[in-house]
Amino acid sequence: MFSIIRSNQRKSALLITAMGLLLGLVGFAFGSYVHPAAGGIGVVIALIVWLVMLLTSLASGEAMLLAQAGAREVVEKRDAPQLVNIVEEMQIAAGLAQPPKIYIVDSTIPNAFAVGRNERRAAVAVTTGLLARLNRDELQGVIAHEIAHIKHRDTLFMTIAGTTFGAIVILADFFVRGIRFSAAGSRRSSDRNNNGAAILAILAVVMAILAPLLAQLLYFACSRRREYLADAGAVQYTRYPEGLASALEKISGSQNPEASPSRVLAPMYIINPLAAMGGTNSWLSTHPSTKDRIRILRTIGTTASLQAYEAAYQKFHAGKPVLGALSSTDSAAPVRAPSPVDAAVAVALPVGWRAARGVLHDVDDARIVDCSCGLRIRIPPGWNGAEITCPRCGSVHAVAPAPQTEAAPDQDSSSESAQSSEKS
Amino acid sequence: MSTSLILIAIVVGLVLMFIGLYNGLVRQRNEVKNAWAQIDVQLKRRHDLIPNLVETVKGYMTHERETFEAITRARAGAVSAQASGSVGQIAQAEGALNTAMRGFYAVAENYPQLKADSNFRQLQEELTSTENKVSFARQFYNDAVLKYNTACETIPSNIVANIGGFKKAEFFEIKDEAERAVPTVKF
Repeated sequence: MFSIIRSNQRKSALLITAMGLLLGLVGFAFGSYVHPAAGGIGVVIALIVWLVMLLTSLASGEAMLLAQAGAREVVEKRDAPQLVNIVEEMQIAAGLAQPPKIYIVDSTIPNAFAVGRNERRAAVAVTTGLLARLNRDELQGVIAHEIAHIKHRDTLFMTIAGTTFGAIVILADFFVRGIRFSAAGSRRSSDRNNNGAAILAILAVVMAILAPLLAQLLYFACSRRREYLADAGAVQYTRYPEGLASALEKISGSQNPEASPSRVLAPMYIINPLAAMGGTNSWLSTHPSTKDRIRILRTIGTTASLQAYEAAYQKFHAGKPVLGALSSTDSAAPVRAPSPVDAAVAVALPVGWRAARGVLHDVDDARIVDCSCGLRIRIPPGWNGAEITCPRCGSVHAVAPAPQTEAAPDQDSSSESAQSSEKS
Repeated sequence: MSTSLILIAIVVGLVLMFIGLYNGLVRQRNEVKNAWAQIDVQLKRRHDLIPNLVETVKGYMTHERETFEAITRARAGAVSAQASGSVGQIAQAEGALNTAMRGFYAVAENYPQLKADSNFRQLQEELTSTENKVSFARQFYNDAVLKYNTACETIPSNIVANIGGFKKAEFFEIKDEAERAVPTVKF
C-alpha cells in the first residue's frame, strides 16, 4: 500500500515539474512578446500567479471544489444512514485514521468524487442520482474507489496538477486576449519591424495556443493510471469487484455531457462526465475507457487482491503491468458473496429524491390530501384504502377513490409506497 | 585494557539490541491489541442491535418462535464468549450467530410486509454494516497478528520474546458455511 503512494509520488513530481516548465514557457513567451528582453519577467509573473493559485487551492481548495459542484455536507447520520455506514466500512477497510467528510450533490446524474489534500481534510461527494440508482454493494464499490484515491494521495496530486493546469489556461487566455487587443490597436507593427522579433512573436502565439492543450494532455495522462490503481484498491477493500463493475456500468449509462462540470473538475469524478461511455483509451481522455475498467473487474477470479487485479489487467493489455511490483506485497482474500440486503437502499434515499418522487407521483395522477396540521400526504396510485391517518397529527382523512381503476398492484407494494409517501 | 573495552562494547551493544527488539515486540503487540479493540467495539454493537431487531420483528413473524429462539441463544453465546475474551471462543460463537442470522434472513424473505417496515430496514442496514465492519477490521487484525507472530518465532526476536514472556496472538477466523462455500483460487 505504501509502495503505491511512493511510486505515485515519484511520477507526480515528474508530471508537475513538466507542467511547471510549460507554465514557465508560457510566461517566457508572454514576456518576450511584450518586449524581446522581458522573457524573464514573464516567467516570474507566471510563477507568481501559479504560487498564489497553489497556496489558495491548498488552503481552501476542498471548499472551493465542493462549492463549485454544489455539494452540501451530511452532518447527521440519519440524513443518509447507509451512505455514512458504507463510508465508515471503507474507512476501516482502507485503514484511514478517520472517516472522510461526506457531501451530497443534488443532481440526477449519478457520479462521485473525492477531494482533500490529506486524510484529515479529505471528503467524498456523491450525487443524489447515484444514491437513487445504486444498490448497497455498488455504492460500496464507488466509495471504496474514492477512498482509494484519498489513500493513494491522488486527491492532493489532483489539487496541485489541476491548479497548475488552471494557471496555464488562465495565462494563455490572458495572453491571447492581449494579442487581439494590441492587434486591434495596431501599435505593434510600427514599433517593430525586426525579423527576429516577428518570429519570436509568432512562436509566442503558437505557444499560447498549444500550452493549454499540452497541459491538458499531461494532466489527463496521469489521471488515467490513477483510475486503474483506485479500481484495484477498491477491489482490495471491498473484496467484491462486481459491485464496482456494475456501478460503473450504471453510472456511465446515464451521463449527460451537457450538464457537466469544468475541465478541471472532470478528472476527479469516478467517471468523466464529459466523455460518458468511451470505447477506447485515447490521449485525450481523463479516465481509462469504462468498458475496459469493467471488463478488468469482471475478469478477476475469486481472489480479491492487487495481484488478481494486475493479472486481469494484463490479460487485456498484452501483459503490460499497471501495478508492477506494487501488487506483490498485499494479502490475498477470497472474493466475498454479494451482500444479502438490497431492500435497505430505500432507507438511504436523500432528501432530493423525495422531491423527485413527489414529482413522479404528480405525473402518475396521485391523489393529495392536505391535513389541517400542514402535512401534505401524497397517495400513490394503487392505494385502495378509504381513509388515511395523518402520520404527524393522527387525524383521519377520507380518501377519494382512485380516478382510474387500473389493475392495481398487489397489496404489499401499495402499502410500501403508502408508507414512503407518508414520510414526504 | 583494550579487550575489556571490547567486551564492554559488546555487552552494551547486546543490551541495546535487546531493548530495541523488546520495544519492537511491545509495539507490535499493541498494534494487535488496537486492531482487536476495533473488532470488539463492532461485536458489542452487533450484540446490542440484535434484541432490537427481534423486538421489531416479533409482531410480524408470530409463527417463527424457533427462529427467534435460535438467534437469542446464539446471541447469548456470543455475548458470554466476548466476556471471556478468548479469540477462539469468540470466533466460534460469532460463526454460530452468523448461521442463525442467515436462517432468520431467509425466513424474513417470506414476509413482504416486514421487509417494507422502515424500522426493520434501518435495523437490518445497521446490522449488515456492523457485520461488514467486523469483517474488514478482522483483516487488519489478522495482518497485525501475522507480523507479531512472525517476530515471536524468528531469530533473534524469539529469544527476547521468550525472556519477556510474549505469547503468540490468535488469528480471528470466523468459520461460516456460506463463506467457506466460495472457492478460493490462487494465481
